[in-house]
Parts: sequence; structure tokens; C-alpha cells
Amino acid sequence: MQKATAKAVKAEPAASPSQNPAQMTGAEIIIRALIDQGVDTIFGYPGGAVLPIYDALFKQNSITHVLVRHEQGAAHAAEGYARSTGKVGVLLVTSGPGATNAVTGLTDALLDSIPIICLTGQVPTHLIGNDAFQEADTTGITRPCTKHNYLVRDVNKLAATIHEAFHVARTGRPGPVLIDLPKDVQFADGTYQPPAVAKQSHYQPQTVPDRAQVERAVELMAASERPIFYTGGGVINAGPRASELLTEFVRLTGFPCTSTLMGLGAYPMSDKLFLGMLGMHGTYEANLAMHGCDVMINIGARFDDRVTGKLSGFSPNSKKIHVDIDPSSINKTVRVDIPVVGDAASTLEMMIAIWRERGYKAKAEPLAKWWQQIAEWQKTDCLKYKQTGGIIKPQYALERLRELTKDKDTYITTEVGQHQMWAAQFLRFEKPNRWMTSGGLGTMGYGLPAAIGVQMAHPDALVVDVAGEASILMNIQEMTTAVQYRLPVKVFILNNQWMGMVRQWQEMLHGARYSQSYSEALPDFVKLAEAFGGVGLRAEKPEDVDRVIAEMMKVTDRPTIIDVCVDAKENCFPMIPSGKNHNEVLLGPGEQAIGNVIKGAGGALV
Amino acid sequence: MSPNTGNGSVYEEGTVEAPKRNCLAVLVDNEPGVLARVVGLFSGRGYNIESLTVDEVDHKTHLSRITIVTSGPPMIIKQIEAQLGRLIPVRQVVNLTVQGKFVEGCLAYIKLIGNFDQRDAAKQIARRLGARIVDTTDTTIMFEMTEATHKIEEMIDALRPHGKLEVARTGSVAMASGEAVLELPGAERKTA
Repeated sequence: MQKATAKAVKAEPAASPSQNPAQMTGAEIIIRALIDQGVDTIFGYPGGAVLPIYDALFKQNSITHVLVRHEQGAAHAAEGYARSTGKVGVLLVTSGPGATNAVTGLTDALLDSIPIICLTGQVPTHLIGNDAFQEADTTGITRPCTKHNYLVRDVNKLAATIHEAFHVARTGRPGPVLIDLPKDVQFADGTYQPPAVAKQSHYQPQTVPDRAQVERAVELMAASERPIFYTGGGVINAGPRASELLTEFVRLTGFPCTSTLMGLGAYPMSDKLFLGMLGMHGTYEANLAMHGCDVMINIGARFDDRVTGKLSGFSPNSKKIHVDIDPSSINKTVRVDIPVVGDAASTLEMMIAIWRERGYKAKAEPLAKWWQQIAEWQKTDCLKYKQTGGIIKPQYALERLRELTKDKDTYITTEVGQHQMWAAQFLRFEKPNRWMTSGGLGTMGYGLPAAIGVQMAHPDALVVDVAGEASILMNIQEMTTAVQYRLPVKVFILNNQWMGMVRQWQEMLHGARYSQSYSEALPDFVKLAEAFGGVGLRAEKPEDVDRVIAEMMKVTDRPTIIDVCVDAKENCFPMIPSGKNHNEVLLGPGEQAIGNVIKGAGGALV
Repeated sequence: MSPNTGNGSVYEEGTVEAPKRNCLAVLVDNEPGVLARVVGLFSGRGYNIESLTVDEVDHKTHLSRITIVTSGPPMIIKQIEAQLGRLIPVRQVVNLTVQGKFVEGCLAYIKLIGNFDQRDAAKQIARRLGARIVDTTDTTIMFEMTEATHKIEEMIDALRPHGKLEVARTGSVAMASGEAVLELPGAERKTA
């Protein structure tokens, strides 16, 4: 015994005598696996079924744990962290209600293709299925709202499962992956395997596209007369290199470029080749160019119904190229002529190479005519508004926010509704990973926790949650989290006292019968901020806006709520009513025959 | 749930192409929840399942083979294949109907409860249609039949007038003709 001990001490001074350093408890394996996966921050909330993991967290210093106030907040914070860094976000929640509260965040991450790992506690394996305290069928509930999920019953498979989960979350089309961890597995002793040793996953999606397809695509582009780039979140998910390549290729061709809500920032928005966002609340020129183009180059977008409008009238005379990493996105709703399965960076790289090798040039004369046509559409100045009188227009507040923050290292998150669309229209994103918004699921309450995730990853940056007064109340409890970690997030509320987008639809579709869309009892947001331990500011007149923005930027050690009292009657334009074509866009209140805009079948659509 | 026969758009009603019956063979890792993933995909996305059979076909690698008969217009069927391919434990998806010639059959047990004459008539039908007698009692007779689906339908229809019936059937299993083998991708990678 004596000898053996001496030997072990020599070999591994830190380890306790005669113990294999790879032997540890399940909870320790979890922490070790997270560290080896490069995790530095996790968002979570403790509970009975995850206490061993929290105990292991207590004994280490590599991972910072951010205590949220609701598990939905943890999921959105992990999303914000992931989207602003390009890394995998991690949340840790308990069994039962902990897991069910995270479901909205998981679904949000699934629809927006955000890589996050959700660790959930579970009742001990022998109690599974017994309706034990805080038991829920977590893998069953989350099967349709995760990219994949696992229930780990064997402590010796724990490390390999966690490594595979990270691989699945970040590979191919990214998405949320959940790992359900019974409490007895967290206590059991097992062997840790580092990522290099763990068995390689068979999940290896194609990222490099088929060259022949790319050649056909580039050939079609070179022959085009009225082309347009239609780019989406796939470019951002493919990493900053993809955005650089996109910028290079757009400038190389001189083609116009538009982007989905999810793709904003992949191409610099202030560039003259950029036509603004497209879709239901996109710019007039972007939507008409989509409608009238002869070749559409879709890179990492998915022909979402918010973009296409009525399918039979969607870009009726174009040949369509669709680059997507997910084969199921291709020909799902819109039939395309040249499908390319691959990630945006590899495909763009190949496209540029082929364009150069073959000495292609855009057809100068037709392209110039196309740009003239676009310039005509741009003259409509579809985002115009009038800041007159003593009431702040929401657009004005956002324009001032844009102007006064343009030299700062700025990240924007949003809630969901009119303010979100105005933010997409009036703010400018010149770089990827700067814009975090709930696009696919449209989750009110996303913005504040997402901003917390962003600020944790970028402590010195300016992080602003552009919010509505209704959305913000859905996760307002996260103010306490921001206070606890001294995070100077700015909650910039465009307060019109209405659920603005609901009100806008009721006005156009339901005879202005504003059923339940007015918040009769709103809190005093300034006092609310102060009650939480943050700073509260209010702008009531246009001349207040610059002052409150300047003041909010002075706060560096706690959250700020900026209550901007805006025009309650303002609607978000342009708008393509549901069920209409891109060329049937409504430009402003002058054009709408209220209550009559959407007739017949269109009214049944979302 | 009503089958999704449209083109997947929330803005279009009706269908562009006529739905067609397709037989898919799917190789999956036999792990807990895999069947729920496949079935949940079909119900969640509004696809139609006419029949589904599954069993482990390789005990060493724990691979199961699922045969799914579904129907829909070609665009939806392609979408079903792509969506199946996206599931992590799904290793291979082949559309046998599109791929070429294949054989398809199912197993049925059919019990008839009836008097002597009825059971005698049933025996003659069984002989004609190629069903085996696997169990008899004083009042019942049970047949086993391994055949194409429409032959089993024919058998059931023929027996129905002769007594009370109980039917248990497996749904289709199918295999491609020729040297095509559904196996783990070796050199070629799964594209989902």
C-alpha cells in the first residue's frame, strides 16, 4: 500500500492516492465536459434534481453561472450569448417545471437555428414514469422542439453524450439539443472521456456543395439581367467568414442584395448595393426587386411565409438558386431551379472562385437598367414618416438611437411586434452577430434575457433591448438578473400603451375592434426600474429623446429602462397584407382602406 | 389528423399534384424514442401514414429497419424523405417506389367464428387465396397469410359473409429487387 501510494503521488500529485483521475461523479463529468467544450458561461436556475451539478459548480472556477429568474430567461440568454459569439450557449435547469419553462426558449432556438445545449435535471432513473415530484417526460415534451435530445441513464455514457450533443448543436443547421440527467446518474461514479477519445458521431452533414451545381448557379448568375441576392440567417450561422465572402461576392457582381430579418448584418446595411430588409414589413424596393427579378440567389434563407407572401404570386418570372445546409429547406414551399446543399461560407467561396476563374462579368447594360428601375422604387422613400408636433414618433426615437450609438460597439436585441419591425427598418447593422431577434417563433419576452446573454459575452459593449411595453412585461423579472451581475443593458421601450402589432391587425382586419389589445394598467417603468435597482428614464417629447439616450449611455454598472412615450396611433409600413403579393404592398396610412384591406381567404391567414 | 396534401404553404389551398402511394425504407439506430421521433415527425407536420412496421435487423450494430407507406404529391414525399433524413438516429432513407422495382407484403392473422358450414366455406376460400390454417377450435378457425396488401384485403372481403372476423395485420414490409442493399453509408455520407 505504502509503495503504491508513493507511486501515484509521483505520477499525479493533485489526484488522491490510488485513484484514476478520469474517475469522478456524474456531476463532475458534466462540468468537466462543459469545460472541455470551451464553455465559460452558463445560464441556469437550481432545483432538487440538479443539486449535485450545482454542488460541482460550486467547487470550480472555470465556468461562470448566471442565475436567471425564470428558466425561459435562461434559454433566451443562452440564445443571446450564442448569437452574439457564434459559440454554443448553455442553460442548466431542474426537472419538471424547470424543463417545461425552458420549452419556449428551445422552440425559439429551433426555429431560428441557434445552437444551445439545455441540461435538465430528472428524477432518479428508478422513479422515472412514477409521477414523482417534479417529474415531467422531458425528452417526450421536447422531442418536437429540439434538434435532438438525450436521456442519459448510464454515467459511463455521460461524457460521450455531452460531447456528441455539442457536435449536433453546432454542426449542419444549428439548433437546440437537450440532455436529460437523472439525479442518480449525477451522483454515480463513472469514467470521464475527453472529446478526442469519445466516439465520433455519425452525424456529419454535407457542408461542401456539389461543384457541378455551383457551376450551374454561377453560370445562371452571369447570364442574368435583373438579379438579386436574397440572404438569410444561414449566412450568419456559417460564421463571420461567410459574411465577408457574401460582401465580396455582392460587390464583385454589382448585384443588388436584400436580407431577411434573420440575416441583417451579414451584408453591411449602409452599403449602396443593399436594398434593406424584404418581406411583410420590408422595403418597397427590396420587395419589388424580388417580384421583378429574373434570377434570385437565395443564400441561407428559407422562403418563410413572412417573406414570400402569397406563394403563387411570389417572384413569378425568376429562376431561383437556393443554397442551404438543410436539404429539407429546399423545395419545401418554393420550387427552385438550382438547389445547392452546402454551408454558406463554403458555397460562396466556391462561387467566387468559379466567377473569377471563368472571367464572368455581370451584363452591364441590363444591370444598369435594373438599377435604374430600383432607383425609381427607392424614390418612393417607403420608410418616410413625419416627426411633427409634440408626440414622439417611434421611428424618430430609433433614428436618434441609431445616430447617437453609431460609433459605439453596439448589440441590439428586440422583443416582438411593431417595435421589432421598426428596429429592423431604422437601425443599421454593418456586421454579423449584432442583431438578436426572435424571428421564426416571434417570442415576446425574448429581448431582455437575450440582452443579458449578449452582455455577459461582451461586458464592455453597448447592449440595447429595443422593446415594447407589452413584450417587456413577459420577462421583466430578468431585470433582477441584470442588477445582480451589474450588467448595463438598456431596455429601450417604445411605449404606445397598446400591443401595437395586434392593434394594427385589428384596425386593418377586424373593423378597428380593439379586442384586448390595450393594456389598461401599465406600471410606471421609471419607478419599476428603480425598484429593481436599475435606472429609469423617460422621454415624453421629441426633444427629450437625445437626452435620455445620452443619459442611458452614462450608466455602466446596472440596467436602465428608457420609457419612450410614442405615438399610440402609428402603424408599421410598408406592409404586405397576408395573402398578398410583393407588388401589392401598402405604403402608408393614406393608402389603406381601413377594415377593407384584407378580404376573403387572406383574413384567415396569420 | 387530416393528411397534408398541399405544397406546404400557409397561403395556398388545394393541391398541385395528385397524391401517390409511396413505400419508404428507413434504417435507424435502435435507441429509445426513435420510433416516437419518426411518428412525431409525421403527426407534427401533418403527413399521412398508411402503415408502419419496424424491427431490429442487425443486433450487433443495433440497427432497425422501418417500412413506412405514405401518400402525397411528389413534392411532399420528397419533403418527408428530407425531414426523415434530418433526424439524428436516422441513418438512411430510401424511397422504394421511386428507386425502382421492389417486393412488398404483409402478414395477417384472420380468425373466423362460425358454424361448421361457415368454417368449411372459409377453408375453401383460404385454399384458393393461399392462406394457411394455424389454429382451430370447435367454433373457430384461424388463418395466416403472407401476401401483398390487396390480396389480404381480398381474403378478408371473401371471408366476411361467413362469420364474425377478427383481423391482425402487420402493415407492409418491402425490399428492393436486385443488388441494391439498404445499409449504413460507407464511403458516401448522409446528406442530412
